[in-house]
Amino acid sequence: MTNTLLVGIDGSDGSRRAADFAAARAKAAGARVIVAYVIEWSQYSFNTPEENEMRHKRRDEEIGRAQAQVLDPVVAALKSSGIEAESIVRHGHPAQVLCGLAVETGAVQIFIGRRGLSRLEVLLFGSVAGTLVQMSPVPVTVVP
Amino acid sequence: MRHKLAAALPALFWTSSALAQETQEKGIDTVVNEAIAPISNAIVSVIFYSVPVFGTQFPLIVLWLVIAAAIATVYFKFISFRAFKHALELIRGDYSNPKDSGEVSHFQALATALSGTVGLGNIAGVAIAVSIGGPGATFWMIIAGLLGMSLKFAECTLGVKYRNEYADGTVSGGPMYYLSKGLAEKNMGGLGKFLAVFFAVCCIAGSLGGGNMFQANQSFQQFVNVTGGEGSFMADKGWLFGLVVAIIVGSVIIGGIKSIARVTEKVVPFMAVIYVGAGIIIILANITEVPAALSAIVVGAFSPEGVAGGAVGALIQGFRRAAFSNEAGIGSASIAHSAVRTKEPITEGLVALHEPFIDTVVICTMTALVIVITGSYSNEAGMSGVDLTSKAFASVFPWFPYILSLAVILFAFSTMISWSYYGSKSWTYLFGENRTSDLLFKLIFCIFVVIGSSMNLGPVVDFSDSAIFAMAIANIIGLYIMFPVVKRELDSYWSRLKSGKITKYRADGTGGT
Repeated sequence: MTNTLLVGIDGSDGSRRAADFAAARAKAAGARVIVAYVIEWSQYSFNTPEENEMRHKRRDEEIGRAQAQVLDPVVAALKSSGIEAESIVRHGHPAQVLCGLAVETGAVQIFIGRRGLSRLEVLLFGSVAGTLVQMSPVPVTVVP
Repeated sequence: MRHKLAAALPALFWTSSALAQETQEKGIDTVVNEAIAPISNAIVSVIFYSVPVFGTQFPLIVLWLVIAAAIATVYFKFISFRAFKHALELIRGDYSNPKDSGEVSHFQALATALSGTVGLGNIAGVAIAVSIGGPGATFWMIIAGLLGMSLKFAECTLGVKYRNEYADGTVSGGPMYYLSKGLAEKNMGGLGKFLAVFFAVCCIAGSLGGGNMFQANQSFQQFVNVTGGEGSFMADKGWLFGLVVAIIVGSVIIGGIKSIARVTEKVVPFMAVIYVGAGIIIILANITEVPAALSAIVVGAFSPEGVAGGAVGALIQGFRRAAFSNEAGIGSASIAHSAVRTKEPITEGLVALHEPFIDTVVICTMTALVIVITGSYSNEAGMSGVDLTSKAFASVFPWFPYILSLAVILFAFSTMISWSYYGSKSWTYLFGENRTSDLLFKLIFCIFVVIGSSMNLGPVVDFSDSAIFAMAIANIIGLYIMFPVVKRELDSYWSRLKSGKITKYRADGTGGT
């Protein structure tokens, strides 16, 4: 049975390193890689009716952009080095969505990049990595 | 002919200069008032055609709404109580497919619709009801709120079921669409089309009336009160206040200035929490008087003292203000609810059940309790609307009028944004869905903000009431015909839910969203 590795990326340098790191592990173990991009979104936000009307269209645009600009290059690079790779775009809270995806795809490990936030920044904005480590159903590797 | 013209010209000059002089003497406000009052009076007398019952006037339109709400409640077998918990789970997103995340959620659709209804109706409307109908009006308001839930359920289900979805993914829904499409399915296309147009026309008027002028008017009064009452530098400058508000509203709905909308959408829920919180504190602080207040409400509902028309008078006031506040049966919220992304229209209807509940049963009741507990309604005659609520809250928190004024202005603002959308949807339904006609309506909307700020409370409330209630005439005829459609959807959904075919996505506890 092939193992599945889940990589969360956001287009940053850190997440690129996480993808490379996961690629090396996947190659060694003959595992499949799923590359996920999470768009920050909350089902509990307050919108104007006009925003709601346009929402479906905006969502398609957001997904299209993430797919084309961030995911496709990474997936292409993985495939060219002979690794089986797929991509997923989801809206939601990043850590929560990655946990959900791990269960959904049967991934055995999650890889994400470190953003290198200061303590104050973590306090103010929260840390995806920190939250993910606490919530994840599978082991998490945070790549510096 | 030329002679006549020559004679007419000075006359014309004379009238216009007389008009200008009159304007100078009375102020622009009074002139606008006097020009609009007769039109508004004429419309009111048609919509609120009343019959005398036990010595009081009973507007038939209120009866129309309450009967429809009662029939819906019985026809859908008390869906408001049966589905209360399931609706909460839907709002929480338990049944939403994580793959659809990023679409308009049930919560967002409900919140948007609520921001259109929670507002002055809850603050000013309740005070009007209690000051005219006595504490007993509260009882009937709650009953009307509970019954209204089923009606709201039906209209929001239909709104989603018959909405238009365009190739680019945007949606348009609401009574005008379900009336025309839904009745066409039943071979009543002609009637459907007529009702849809009638609804759209009334919705435009309601959007300019209750959704705009009433809001502008009350926020102006608040502004004047806070800045010094009669002596305020703004006291006779309603048009100036209106102009400022019109520019802000215009910058959001025409200019698409997201930042203003962002700010209000963060502040308005916060304000609602403060308002309800303050109300709860007042109720708790006077907990010993709560039983007396409750008994005043219940006793007053059946045998009030000093209320014109007795129990029926209290009932009319309660029903009327509840309907104006939660808009069940009016059809407006259906336009906002239609944007949700769901494969099951019934789920949005179930979510919408909570709208009259939160609006009327929770928030209105709380306002009424505060007014009754503090006894503010009986102290001073001639006080109505926001002033009365403000005074009731001030009797415990002296600084509260400032917060309340801010809340009123912000609620009014968010209600205006919502109603400008309802109005523009109806307008584009009638005059074509393109940017030009949309823009034209929004400009008219901004002009009415100025008119609304310049008028007395009386004509504005009457006009807005009548325009909004008129929407219910068309909407409810359509609802009666389409009740079986909703029932079929409901039965199918409910049996699938009970047999376990519809399951929670988050049953595994991993948190899909």
